[in-house]
Amino acid sequence: MKKECIEFRNVSFRYSEEGPWVLKNVSFRIPADEGVAIIGHNGSGKSTIAKLINGLLFADEGEVVVLGTPVTEETIWEVRKKVGMVFQNPDNQFVGTTVRDDVAFGLENRGVDRSQMITAIDNSLRAVGMIDYMLHEPHRLSGGQKQRVAIASVLAISPQIIILDEATAMLDPKGRKEIMHTVNEVKDQQGLSLLTITHDLNEITQADRVIVMSKGEVWLEATPREVFAREKELQEIGLDIPFVAKLANELGKVDVPISQQPLNHEELLEELWTYHSNK
Amino acid sequence: MDISFKQVNYTYQPNTPFEHHALRNLSFTISSGSFVAIVGHTGSGKSTLIQHLNGLLRPTGGEVSIGPYQLMPGKKVKDIKVLREKVGVVFQYPEHQLFDETVKKDIAFGPKNFGVDYEEIEKRIPPILDAVQLPEELLERSPFDLSGGQMRRVAIAGVLAMDPSVLVLDEPTAGLDPRGQKEMMDMFYQLHNAKGLTTILVTHSMEDALQYADHVIIMDHGTKYMEGTPEDLFVQKDKLQAVQLDLPEIIQFLRKIEDKFQVSLPYEGQTISELGIQLKEHLKGDVTDE
Repeated sequence: MKKECIEFRNVSFRYSEEGPWVLKNVSFRIPADEGVAIIGHNGSGKSTIAKLINGLLFADEGEVVVLGTPVTEETIWEVRKKVGMVFQNPDNQFVGTTVRDDVAFGLENRGVDRSQMITAIDNSLRAVGMIDYMLHEPHRLSGGQKQRVAIASVLAISPQIIILDEATAMLDPKGRKEIMHTVNEVKDQQGLSLLTITHDLNEITQADRVIVMSKGEVWLEATPREVFAREKELQEIGLDIPFVAKLANELGKVDVPISQQPLNHEELLEELWTYHSNK
Repeated sequence: MDISFKQVNYTYQPNTPFEHHALRNLSFTISSGSFVAIVGHTGSGKSTLIQHLNGLLRPTGGEVSIGPYQLMPGKKVKDIKVLREKVGVVFQYPEHQLFDETVKKDIAFGPKNFGVDYEEIEKRIPPILDAVQLPEELLERSPFDLSGGQMRRVAIAGVLAMDPSVLVLDEPTAGLDPRGQKEMMDMFYQLHNAKGLTTILVTHSMEDALQYADHVIIMDHGTKYMEGTPEDLFVQKDKLQAVQLDLPEIIQFLRKIEDKFQVSLPYEGQTISELGIQLKEHLKGDVTDE
């Protein structure tokens, strides 16, 4: 039986008592070893979800359970040991004077011994392509480089769950792809659960499941393919689908048969090959 | 205003262990009224470059000219204030710079600092609100009560309120959702045309460069790697890949179609739906290739 990793049970949240509900009766379950993406427009409540998971915020109604532990004031430290989180703006998460010290910070806090620490720092910096910057000052790095270091710091403490909260928004497209590749690789190797919070639908193709948020509610839970088929509706809630999905939908409109919603260029080329071969 | 860089160097913390050559022997010109995209992978020197455009940084070697203003090493610019009024810079995440009690005061802060009188500022605000698509009701609200997208518009309005003739945009759509991104870029493009601005866009998005820019400068390791029209640059796959840049996705895909089906299908600015029709015609099983 699959262990539940993260579960939201009828969670509602607002930032102040008078304020509007940011999350309204949100329920979902993320089993361990599953890659889930949460997408939604700006203000849809997706980042609030991340903050509820590691106890930066607490639900006003309902319950958030992480690896069997309900998230409360008493359990946050236990929960945070297991949940590594990378935020959008890396400037807010640096403490060390060098890249190496910064990655070491989390390890020191957990009392990891020196030899292990050196290996962990080395491996994680290598994974994000920042090994050459070990002795640089983090605040002098460019935005994208900083974010890679932040991701390395999280990888170094080998958490059970990694949450990327729009963590690639500041990277260039290539860096973005590399980070997603790296994170997915680590996820598969170490059996981690990965929760990606994003509004870039190019990032959800690798997810097993997608939760689409709109105005504080779960709007849809589906596979990436199912999500990409709903172009119009997604655009109405401020999102957009990748180029390949758009082109496939346009081809469908002019009666070029597409047997399944393609996720990448290769799948679409295959569909076109079939069309080309059948008269 | 015409802008030119002549053999510009910039070194951070020279003669220290942290010495870093951010710009090396960089030369280019941007003619007044053009829309230029500056692209390059993370750390290629783009941000350092734009800080020279309004004199936040002075070159450590070479010369920068912006209209009548010159930046050279070791020489103070006389009219730096005038330069900064003429060159409006929208930094990354400009909403982080909001600070005043009301939207109106925040927008007025820039021009007030440059000595623009109250009446003139009052006159400038309505058309600017219109341009950034903010309703007038927001003027008396605190900028911190607004949504992220609205906050960014307020910050941009503050830059526009100085009535700059050069607008520098550093990743202006970062962090916005897809609809917000499109609305923001369309807004800048409209402003560019309506006000005859010289617009310099720093972007990671080859798609945006292709769609909006008439000239592209590609940076690598602090110097110019290539420049030209997007149509000319964005077909040179190998050269772009050598500096870790991708072709715009539509061009990538057209290449793959040409390879796989042995047809000729160049990029001609077609929309995705036009491309769908083209593919249907070109790839139909019983039609022979051109």
